[in-house]
Amino acid sequence: MVRFGKFLKGFYVALMGIFLYAPILTLIVLSFNASKSRAKWSGFTFKWYAALFENEAILQSLWNTIIIALVSSLVATLIGTMASIAMNRMKKLPRQVMMGITNIPMLNADIVTGISLMLLFIMTDFAPGFTSVLLAHITFNIPYVILSVLPKLKQTDRNVFEAAQDLGATPISAFMKVVLPDIFPGILSGFLLAFTMSLDDFVITHFTKGAGVDTISTKVYTELRKGIKPEMYALSTLMFAAVLILLVLINRRRATHEQTVNH
Amino acid sequence: MSDKLIDLINISKSYDGQVVLDEMDLYIRDNEFLTLLGPSGCGKTTTLRIIGGFETPDTGKVIFQGKDITNLPPNQRDLNTVFQKYALFTHMTVEENIAFGLRIKKKSRQYIKDKIDYALKLVNLDGYGKRSVDSLSGGQQQRIAIARAIVNEPKLLLLDEPLGALDLKLRQDMQYELIRLKNELGITFIYVTHDQEEALTMSDTIVVMNQGYIQQIGSPEAIYNEPKNAFVADFIGESNIIDGIMIEDKLVRILGAKFPCVDTGFGTNRPVDVVIRPEDVELVAPEAGTIAGTVTSLIFKGVHYEMDVMANGYEWLVHSTKMFPVGEAVGIHVDPFNIQIMNKPESEDEEAVTIDE
Repeated sequence: MVRFGKFLKGFYVALMGIFLYAPILTLIVLSFNASKSRAKWSGFTFKWYAALFENEAILQSLWNTIIIALVSSLVATLIGTMASIAMNRMKKLPRQVMMGITNIPMLNADIVTGISLMLLFIMTDFAPGFTSVLLAHITFNIPYVILSVLPKLKQTDRNVFEAAQDLGATPISAFMKVVLPDIFPGILSGFLLAFTMSLDDFVITHFTKGAGVDTISTKVYTELRKGIKPEMYALSTLMFAAVLILLVLINRRRATHEQTVNH
Repeated sequence: MSDKLIDLINISKSYDGQVVLDEMDLYIRDNEFLTLLGPSGCGKTTTLRIIGGFETPDTGKVIFQGKDITNLPPNQRDLNTVFQKYALFTHMTVEENIAFGLRIKKKSRQYIKDKIDYALKLVNLDGYGKRSVDSLSGGQQQRIAIARAIVNEPKLLLLDEPLGALDLKLRQDMQYELIRLKNELGITFIYVTHDQEEALTMSDTIVVMNQGYIQQIGSPEAIYNEPKNAFVADFIGESNIIDGIMIEDKLVRILGAKFPCVDTGFGTNRPVDVVIRPEDVELVAPEAGTIAGTVTSLIFKGVHYEMDVMANGYEWLVHSTKMFPVGEAVGIHVDPFNIQIMNKPESEDEEAVTIDE
């Protein structure tokens, strides 16, 4: 009986693994498939990867993706952290109202956010392109930063900030020396979350980009509409691997950090 | 006595229309251990925060060593604070915590090192310098918070319920520790607490506060033995507070019986509050007492027995080392010296309150 229970448990976990990873595995396998066919395995190859790195347009869109993700998440982290500090000082009711206002774009369907931003850009005669995409990404990234920084600030004892001033620090140096190190993990995870969200986004980018600019996700979409391109499988595989490595690094960093804290 | 170190003149403070402090005047002498005592919301912490510079009063002035510091930010005041929840910098080691203030003042490396060693010895945590703050117990963290404050050699140390988070035994140890520290350092302490025992043990002067008003200022003995009103009597220790009529000087009628006392100057036939501490009620044979009653409850408390005695419609609280069983008829006698007469409360803040603690 016990054995059967153990088997059921293992079976359940295996099933979950299959559901989660079967699609990605399929993609990875197909990216190494010698033929363009999605149905038949005709031998192992790297040629799609080689073709990928010869494609100027794809490399350009990869560059765009990284720059947009980096700049938008940095700017959003700065704005979001400052907003969190202000919100933390507010009384309960105004803070909750502010929280609601900043949460709405996050809960909103991407397509609504995308179309509204597009309409706004058109109305204000703002030429769609790299800058409009960047602004859009900053906009939807800010709530994620607030969401991870504000709880950290709330945990921080207000007296710590006061104690630093009591010991002679000016308010600014008190913030830099004692509050910032305390909330830094929140700021970092806010930044990483924003970075991931930006990398990930398709819908909002799709509506706010102009004709000439593409990020990886919009590029993949247009390429796939033109026909089967195994280079895209290769690209997706690489993106998956990149995210996987990033995730492992973050988790390891967190684990070692907790160890030193508990020590 | 010596000079005023700090002088609070006509301080008022309200939050959202709610008055926390109302036209308070208070001065603190050099080298005094002064305790602000009162229930939560009495204004004691606000008073401390105004002195520390974390709050600005709506009216009034804070004079420190003869200078008006009302609008001076906390980092420019020559005083330090020990916070209730320690407020240590958790990302720094013990040493870095203690050095924080000295580094800002750009002291030399050697000076800082000597100071750290001295402070750690003073709080009995020699050798803990390299430890992380998180690895210390609550009591140890509190000592570090104290060390971090005193290395700056402040004229005045503010302590905001610093022992509130510690358990009973540790709290008692730390009380003696604080008295020792104060004597060794020779600096002025302003201590905030709601714990009357803590206040009685440590202070030179106690300031009893309620609802934003000072109720009484005095030595621990004066506060305990001669409370000015029902609130003070009730808040400092247990007591019997009974309605009475002052018949004439040195004679009061309580519960229909005449008790001789030592108070004068209340006029004739004037309603008053009478305070009698439970340990001052003597139980004697029924016919020997001023009034007679019956024991209704008996609890053993270790040092003494705690009894309730019903006499003339009032339940007297009695502490005695002699035991009288429930149901026994007893007489009540009170030494005239132990009867404390007070004026009836003139406002709500002077009334006795029931405190759950």
